[in-house]
Amino acid sequence: MTQTEVDIVKKTATLARLELGEAEIAKFGEQFGRILEAFQKLSKLDVSGVEPMTGATALSDVLRDDRAKPSLERERALSNGPKHDGEYFIVPKTIGGDA
Amino acid sequence: MSQTAIPTSGPTPQGVGVVSKKTGVRWVPVIGLEVHCQLKTETKLFCSCRYEFGASPNTRVCPVCTAQPGALPVLNREALALAVRVAVALGANVAPRTKFDRKNYFYCDLPKGYQISQFDQPFCTGGGLTLPSGKRVRLTRIHLEEDAGKAIHDRGDTTLVDLNRAGVPLIESVTEADMQTSDEAYEYLTSLKEILQYAGASDCDMEKGSLRCDVNVSVRPEGEPWRTKVELKNLNSFKNVKDAIEHEIERQIEAYESGDKSKFPVQETRLYDATTQTTRTMRSKEDAHDYRYFPEPDLVPFHVEPAFVELQRTMLPELADARRARYQRDFGLSAYDAGVLTGSRALADFFEMVVKLSGNAKETANWITNGVLANLSDPTIAAKTVDELPFRPHDLAELVQLVTDRTIHNNVGRTVLRAMFETGKSARQIVKEQGLEQVSDEGQLEKWCREALVGKDKVIADVKAGKTKAVAALMGPVMKASKGSANPQLVQEILLRIIQTEM
Repeated sequence: MTQTEVDIVKKTATLARLELGEAEIAKFGEQFGRILEAFQKLSKLDVSGVEPMTGATALSDVLRDDRAKPSLERERALSNGPKHDGEYFIVPKTIGGDA
Repeated sequence: MSQTAIPTSGPTPQGVGVVSKKTGVRWVPVIGLEVHCQLKTETKLFCSCRYEFGASPNTRVCPVCTAQPGALPVLNREALALAVRVAVALGANVAPRTKFDRKNYFYCDLPKGYQISQFDQPFCTGGGLTLPSGKRVRLTRIHLEEDAGKAIHDRGDTTLVDLNRAGVPLIESVTEADMQTSDEAYEYLTSLKEILQYAGASDCDMEKGSLRCDVNVSVRPEGEPWRTKVELKNLNSFKNVKDAIEHEIERQIEAYESGDKSKFPVQETRLYDATTQTTRTMRSKEDAHDYRYFPEPDLVPFHVEPAFVELQRTMLPELADARRARYQRDFGLSAYDAGVLTGSRALADFFEMVVKLSGNAKETANWITNGVLANLSDPTIAAKTVDELPFRPHDLAELVQLVTDRTIHNNVGRTVLRAMFETGKSARQIVKEQGLEQVSDEGQLEKWCREALVGKDKVIADVKAGKTKAVAALMGPVMKASKGSANPQLVQEILLRIIQTEM
């Protein structure tokens, strides 16, 4: 396993909020290497003149009218969260965020 | 996303920027804005939940906007229509084909773990707007995206999450770094807000979060290439935007002039604190997110046909700029009055409806700018905006006519307008009920005039000596006696006649 593979695995784990042990890093690093190899083969194909695909269907322009439908009952919506107070989802204190 | 375009430099307009007292260097600020506006649709961008500001938490959510497994997004046609309408209003190029991408990051207000946004194929590029000062600000792009929910951190030692806002449609517009002063940024926001409001695309109400603005600022010595830019966030009002830019320009100039490289501005995001009027580091470039954009596989590509664009063009009303020019040209109004009357589309529409009915644009303008708006800003009056007026355009037109045909005196008209605000009754009805019609009956007027003349020997002597203007001193008592209903022109004539022929 190369250092690059280790770095990629570590970075991906951080982005995915996963904590990996040394053994796991080694195992995933090897698997990652094989995946990247397969993609490298793909990247050798000549695709000039081929429209990039962004989905597996031939569908396009699927739109809906701007008409409201009933939302979920709050109780049901909250019941799928880990913790709630009857009004809000409750999560560990996190300050920062984005957008 | 939204990196403001890389330096295209170009010449600096003469005299722009800040001359340092310490070094004499002219520092030229480089400013670009990223503005998020909430589109005025009934439902969210990808699901049929009806969003409403202030709704009870987590009552406007469904499997799509809470990211339940298997739920699929479907684009709201009206959101696309409004977005295209904005693009047309800003002279931008609408792309014939557009798609959505996933912007990946983890935060508790983002249930899917990604935001559906647009990366490399935004629905529109280019365009721009001309500020009242004549300055042109170009737009890089505008894209559609969904809003995140709301995280509340100030209640206890946990974070509360409300997902009502998650999935609400936004357009993010990104300018080129064309602005050089905080005033230009302020003017840009005001103009953009006006266009979006007139287009009916967004309320642009910063207090309700339907308009949010981030700023990119850097400074450079005149003639030199662009330097490191800093992003400012947490700007809750147009005034905050202006203050934050001024503060940041000062901070950066000071940092460069210190000569200490460790203090030079670095590429980072800073949060503005309105109470201390300072900014502090939120995250540095090293912590910058790696969003790993990739095409959203749950949505299909979209084609925006020229006919659809043209349809949106026809749905655009005449914008404020054009109306201001027309009011001055066709109605002979001052630039100031034209500006006041176009303050909102609702006000401008109201004004035009009244003019159509009253046939007198100047008087109508006076009655709106001096009368209607003064009453709306009076805290004892229930109505606060034109939409809340208790009377119709027809009623105000009637008042304007009653004054112009002299059925009632101008001052009485003010009383009538006040009563219209308080009761919602028509002008004619109020005049009738309160007996406010102007009195032109000579017998009655003469009686009031004779009463007013009692003991006013000085005035009488002055008038007889040829100073006819002295009669003005008697107008007040007559108007008072008549409770404002006496026809002032006739009163003056009668007073002069009595003095000159009988005294």
